[in-house]
Amino acid sequence: MADMDLGNAKKMTIICTKGTLDWAYPPFILATTAAAMDVDVTMFFTFYGLGLLDKKLKLGVTPLGNAAMRMPMAGMQMAMPNIIGVLPGVTAGASVMMKNMIKKKGVASIEELREAAVLSDVRMIGCQMTIDLFEKKTEDMIDGIELGGAATWLESALQSDINLYM
Amino acid sequence: MSDITPDEKLDAKGLNCPLPILKAKKALKSMENGQVLEIAATDPGSVKDFEAFSKATGNELVKHWMDGDVFMFYIKRVV
Repeated sequence: MADMDLGNAKKMTIICTKGTLDWAYPPFILATTAAAMDVDVTMFFTFYGLGLLDKKLKLGVTPLGNAAMRMPMAGMQMAMPNIIGVLPGVTAGASVMMKNMIKKKGVASIEELREAAVLSDVRMIGCQMTIDLFEKKTEDMIDGIELGGAATWLESALQSDINLYM
Repeated sequence: MSDITPDEKLDAKGLNCPLPILKAKKALKSMENGQVLEIAATDPGSVKDFEAFSKATGNELVKHWMDGDVFMFYIKRVV
């Protein structure tokens, strides 16, 4: 592989604001694939995206308010009525169901993708303000992350060929 | 083209995007320039993905074909 000519290397910055299981996939898939294609990737995690940096991931997904959600059941794409979403245990059930589907179909877990991102030298930045706001502890977060603010994100974004907000 | 003998083989069957690409990249990293990696995948998206991967990284997608239901690729690591 050619040594990356840093002057010509493509750069991508992703800002991750969501922390649900379904929203965790796009940033990690794009970041790891971009890194595999020699792109210099920075991920900035803020608000609910900060949860994606927790050592112990507890990602969930809810059918409530998710008008586009369809689960493959009984040979069909089943929509989930919102009223089911408010029942106790449904969020946990939907999350388990989705994780099982993911495993069954040979899709990587978020833990695997995150590890691949770290190993590919993807720069992972946690939003300092969000940490203070939600009183999160950095000891509960994975190693190797930086802490930064909006200006840190902006500096990376200004240099990037691709900027993604998710 | 004479038959190519791959130097390394990667079994990515049953793995979905982006794992075939990630594992291929990892395998290629530990190979020498000029060596060929054989990849077997069942993810139909992998055909387009490996074409894009080769274009972006400069590694050569020497050949790709189907072996039954399995998508096969030879990727040569290039300087």
